[in-house]
Amino acid sequence: MHDMSGHAQAIHHAPPTSFIRKHVFSLDHKVIGKQYYGLALVAVLIGMVLSWLMRIHLGWSTSPIPGLHWLSSTGAPGDVMTPEYYLQLMTMHATIMVFFVLTTAPFAAFGNYFLPIQVGAEDMPFPHFNMMSFWVTLSGFIPLIASFFVSDGPTLGGWTQYAPLSAVGAVGGPGEGAGVVLWATSIGLFCVGQLLGALNFITTTLDMRTRGMSMWRLPLSAWSWFITSCMGLTAFAVLMPACILLILDHVAGTSFFVPGNLVINDQLQPHSGGSTLLWQHLFWFFGHPEVYIAIVPGMGIVSHILITNMRKPMLSHRVLVYSMGALAVLSYMVYGHHMFVSGMNPISSLAFSFPTLVITIPSTIVVLIWLGSLYGAKLRINSASLFALGFISMFISGGVSGFFLAQPSTDIMLHATYFVVGHFHLVMGVAAMFGIFGGTYFWFPKMYGRLMNETLGKVHFWCSFVGAYAIFMPFHYLGLAGNVRRYQAFVVDYMQPLIPLHRFITVAALFTGAAQLIFLYNLIHSRFRGAPATDNPWEATSLEWSTPTTPPPHNNFGDQLPVVYHDPYQYGVESSVGDYVMQASSEQVITAHDEA
Amino acid sequence: MATTVTEPPRIEEQRERQRPIGTSGNGGGRNLVPAQGDLRRVKDYSPPPSSTGIWVVLASITMSFAAFTSALIVRQGSAADWHHLTLPGILYLNTVVLIASSIALEVARRQVGAFMKAHTDRAAAPSLWLYITFLFGLFFVAGQYVAWLQLRSQGLYLATNPNSSFFYVLTAMHALHVSGGLGGLFRVIYKLKNSTLRKSTLDATSHYWHFMDALWLYLLVLLWMKL
Repeated sequence: MHDMSGHAQAIHHAPPTSFIRKHVFSLDHKVIGKQYYGLALVAVLIGMVLSWLMRIHLGWSTSPIPGLHWLSSTGAPGDVMTPEYYLQLMTMHATIMVFFVLTTAPFAAFGNYFLPIQVGAEDMPFPHFNMMSFWVTLSGFIPLIASFFVSDGPTLGGWTQYAPLSAVGAVGGPGEGAGVVLWATSIGLFCVGQLLGALNFITTTLDMRTRGMSMWRLPLSAWSWFITSCMGLTAFAVLMPACILLILDHVAGTSFFVPGNLVINDQLQPHSGGSTLLWQHLFWFFGHPEVYIAIVPGMGIVSHILITNMRKPMLSHRVLVYSMGALAVLSYMVYGHHMFVSGMNPISSLAFSFPTLVITIPSTIVVLIWLGSLYGAKLRINSASLFALGFISMFISGGVSGFFLAQPSTDIMLHATYFVVGHFHLVMGVAAMFGIFGGTYFWFPKMYGRLMNETLGKVHFWCSFVGAYAIFMPFHYLGLAGNVRRYQAFVVDYMQPLIPLHRFITVAALFTGAAQLIFLYNLIHSRFRGAPATDNPWEATSLEWSTPTTPPPHNNFGDQLPVVYHDPYQYGVESSVGDYVMQASSEQVITAHDEA
Repeated sequence: MATTVTEPPRIEEQRERQRPIGTSGNGGGRNLVPAQGDLRRVKDYSPPPSSTGIWVVLASITMSFAAFTSALIVRQGSAADWHHLTLPGILYLNTVVLIASSIALEVARRQVGAFMKAHTDRAAAPSLWLYITFLFGLFFVAGQYVAWLQLRSQGLYLATNPNSSFFYVLTAMHALHVSGGLGGLFRVIYKLKNSTLRKSTLDATSHYWHFMDALWLYLLVLLWMKL
């Protein structure tokens, strides 16, 4: 159905009345976004506790951790973690964090809530698919958590689940039977959920923009969600077949990934002919775009926050968009840099190393645009902008170690050491998390009509910032010193002297983890008792700040969709409301430099 | 300590823009004044979401089958246990049935399109060819099942050898997606009967169906060549 202007209209769904329709099986993208955020919150708490258990064990590997036997009596007899259980906890920590936190919160949670509003639509075009995407994702979370409670425990093969260990079945170790099947089911369902979400994001951005909202008038956060959903569409569609083939190797006796003549525990395995490298290719073809899926929304959110608080647009809006697009395209060409030591042809290593170095160019451009835009700007300091600055810092710190890993010659030394672990934790575990925190502080007033406590926010920032550096900077030193990753204890003579440093890191990790509880308290307290916020507390320009009510009404904009007259970041102008003009404002401002 | 910064050389003076401090460019700087309501420069028209959405869906399905294809190719090269598989004859009949269903769907689409534009004398919505398409689709899925039975009678099960594994996996995944297409067709017929069908929905469903047809032809060639 089209109205007279030719503009397609959303499927109108009437405001829900029942509790179930309002809060459980909701078609409203805002509720779905909050549901995703809640899922990510639960997941991050579980993932964080797992990291504490891991870190305590790494510092004191023979000591009991009181109460651990309640989690698993076989995994922690007498409260002392077995080596296998360490690997199981590590696998769960990574799987939960990468999928259910870093993909869910910046992309699914904030994207679902704010993309339709930022393009000026009343909802996504396929609300039923959108609702399904959340519930399918949640149904993927369940098998993963359930794997803690099966007799053997969860899988221990790392979030990367390399074959043949992941494919041989229970003979491979604790958790390698049911644990792997549960893992692959969980991730397979997660892929389906995210594909449904990507469908909605792409069609929303392309088809549901309101009158006057050209693509170049989209805010940078909207661009980042759009680019991320294009990546998600193609990457998750490859992981799902891989998970299906893995499940078949387990339950149907096929040999996609298990080679022949494999002897485990003196038993010849009944498989033949499979390719272990095939799993790595399939997984990393997904895996590398996945890490950009985790970071690109953060880039968009951080750009959005910084522009609002700098009161001026970025040096080049278009180059930022092009760079994020270039990151997305290049991310498919670099995946083999995870496989430099896999035994594949060294020429392939060269072929992957080159685009990996090339991909640093758009990353650097993005950082330089941020830094160049910040230069000379009077940045308003609040929790959101602090986390945005922290994001830049962490992205630079984590990114530069990537240069060393990008080259096969140095990667041979650094692969599977703590150097890699430091690299990806800084960019994903910290920078992407900072993007989530920044987005929370920034958009909380719009979602709930209340401000979060600024003092607590600043304390949260400084503790997290200092703490994260205290945890992860030493990882690079550990890696260079030869500390192997995925080891549960360091008994070899060249690693033993590193244990005191591990203990320091553990203390830092526990301290930083405790600081996150400040955020949790702030979140919950502000939800009910926070200071009331106006419709546009940050004096921002994009469409989410021009909704008729706060929180936005069911159809986002009330009776009439907004008409967009301006580019997204008209700051530093003289208008009737201040130094900015909102996108939906029809006010003609002479100094606003709008493109067509 | 003061540092003197000299002015950079003024190259391309004409392109230098006079701008108040604080409005670093969005690249344009043509000082457009957004007149009220005058949005001629901005296109109003958006395609119906389902027509964009279906291409998005087909892109992801393409990626999935590309992953399966590369799995097949790599697996073939990884060990010397590739045992040639003679494709069951019914596959070729199924192919003809599927192509016929696509033709039937096109006939249906044009008839319904003409009906919607009231270029026809019909009183009721023309659904016969949609039913025929649906029937052919059912025959296809049933025929695939018969193909699996034929393989089973030869002693070729899912895990017997890698060829049979890929045969079952690829044909089953395709049949699963065709079943989804059958669901879409059912929805179209239902909506047509209720007079709530949009042309864009019908178009999207038929794009999906034709894609399943093309995908099957691709898989058939792949299976014939590789297995």
